[in-house]
Amino acid sequence: MLDLLKPPVLTIQEFVFLTGRAFRSISRRPHYPKDVILQMDIIGVGSLPIVLLTGFFSGIVMALQMSKALQTYGAVNQTGPIVAITLVRELGPVLTALVCAGRNSAGIASELGSMKVTEQIDAMRALGTDPIQKLVKPRVIAAAVMLPCLTAISDFVGMLGGYIIATALLHQTTAEYWNASYRILEYSDITQGLVKPFVYAFIISLVGCFYGLRTRGGTQGVGLATTQAVVAASVWIFVLNALMTKIFVSI
Amino acid sequence: MPESILRFENVTVAFDGNPAIEELSFEIFKGEARIIVGASGSGKTVILKTALGLLRPDSGRVFLFGEDITGRKEQQLFDIRARAGMLFQEGALFDSLTIEENVAYPLVNQKMVKCPPGEVRPRVERALSFVELGHTLDKFPSELSGGMRRRVGIARANITQPDLVLYDSPTAGLDPITANNIMSLIVKERDLRHATTIIVTQRFQDGQIMAQYRYNPDTDFLERVQGQTEGIGFLVMKEGRLVFEGSAKQLREATDPYISKFVLRH
Repeated sequence: MLDLLKPPVLTIQEFVFLTGRAFRSISRRPHYPKDVILQMDIIGVGSLPIVLLTGFFSGIVMALQMSKALQTYGAVNQTGPIVAITLVRELGPVLTALVCAGRNSAGIASELGSMKVTEQIDAMRALGTDPIQKLVKPRVIAAAVMLPCLTAISDFVGMLGGYIIATALLHQTTAEYWNASYRILEYSDITQGLVKPFVYAFIISLVGCFYGLRTRGGTQGVGLATTQAVVAASVWIFVLNALMTKIFVSI
Repeated sequence: MPESILRFENVTVAFDGNPAIEELSFEIFKGEARIIVGASGSGKTVILKTALGLLRPDSGRVFLFGEDITGRKEQQLFDIRARAGMLFQEGALFDSLTIEENVAYPLVNQKMVKCPPGEVRPRVERALSFVELGHTLDKFPSELSGGMRRRVGIARANITQPDLVLYDSPTAGLDPITANNIMSLIVKERDLRHATTIIVTQRFQDGQIMAQYRYNPDTDFLERVQGQTEGIGFLVMKEGRLVFEGSAKQLREATDPYISKFVLRH
């Protein structure tokens, strides 16, 4: 039993150490601002098309499904508010985080994994650079800044998708849809919708870096690290989402 | 007494409980050279990485430039590492940087190295000209051949004029002509700066070139040295253990089947 538990416990311990070193490095010099900007471009701008598509179509699907259910109770005009609340509180943050985990955790793990197996990480350390400072810190900062922005954009295009369905199929007016959606949202919803992606950003970046930096073997090791990063990041997003939702619901 | 550059005292490094090097002890003094030979997986690369603190020993102590680096934290190792240069297997050049940026990396990033910004490019140009790659400044590593990447790695390892230079399999996977050119550069670098040098290799010829040739700056060629060479020693590794330490002559005369087979084979 102990032998079975040892590997996952060791993995969590190593992850906690990496997280600690990454957080300590945030205030420590040097800061590598160029790398932060580059990572913001890769993580933020690079993920924008897939985030827009995911957000838009989830809004459309949500509006279609909700309108069908609400028709039973004669409350079709509540489609907008339901789409808005669901997207801002839950679907926007989670879907955006999952899409970004698939794209960015995988990208980070494969990039760092390739560097590891070709000894570039060792070369970096031998040449006076701490890989945590140079590679992990810029990715963590970039993800923490960009993920809430991506989520806000995703929420908006999702509501836009709902708006198209509401006006084209449910015969609502523009004012009806947007007024109802706007009124239903409270500051706590917005806070919840932005705190969640901020937390997921650390999961996405740190899990990617963690599996990348512990890559062993050749190309097969890189592939394995990439897969593990995506799976672990996705699972942790769901787990943390449940925890955070419980906390926000209790507040 | 010459200055001790690197000392291993009963060092063991293990991965997942399997020792890569076991109870290894040796010492190298200023201006000397060591050639570490052995089959694949005998722990040669692990020795070099442990010497720079890139790997931590499970037991034993490592002294670099007379300082015990065994238990030091990563941040405390950067200053001492700045006094050493290393050529990694396959060069380990940074893919995303140009050749100029790769060679300039130690000058720009090592705190101990005080190089004014205006001096960086001229020094990079000189280092690349030394390895006959002055025309590759703006290229990326992927645009160069294996031998060229190795030469860039030599330029990067030596640009800060380190007191100790470690070469990890500098000729592995190269054709004999390119391999000899690489070894000529290493001998030239060693003799011009009198740097302490450690080479890890699978080719016995590499060790012979190191032991039997000297660079003559007047003719700009390597010349064969007659007789016994001072300060150049061979270490033979077998499955993580040091099985031989001595001169080239002693190595050739060794009767141990593994050592003699190894020498004859290459």
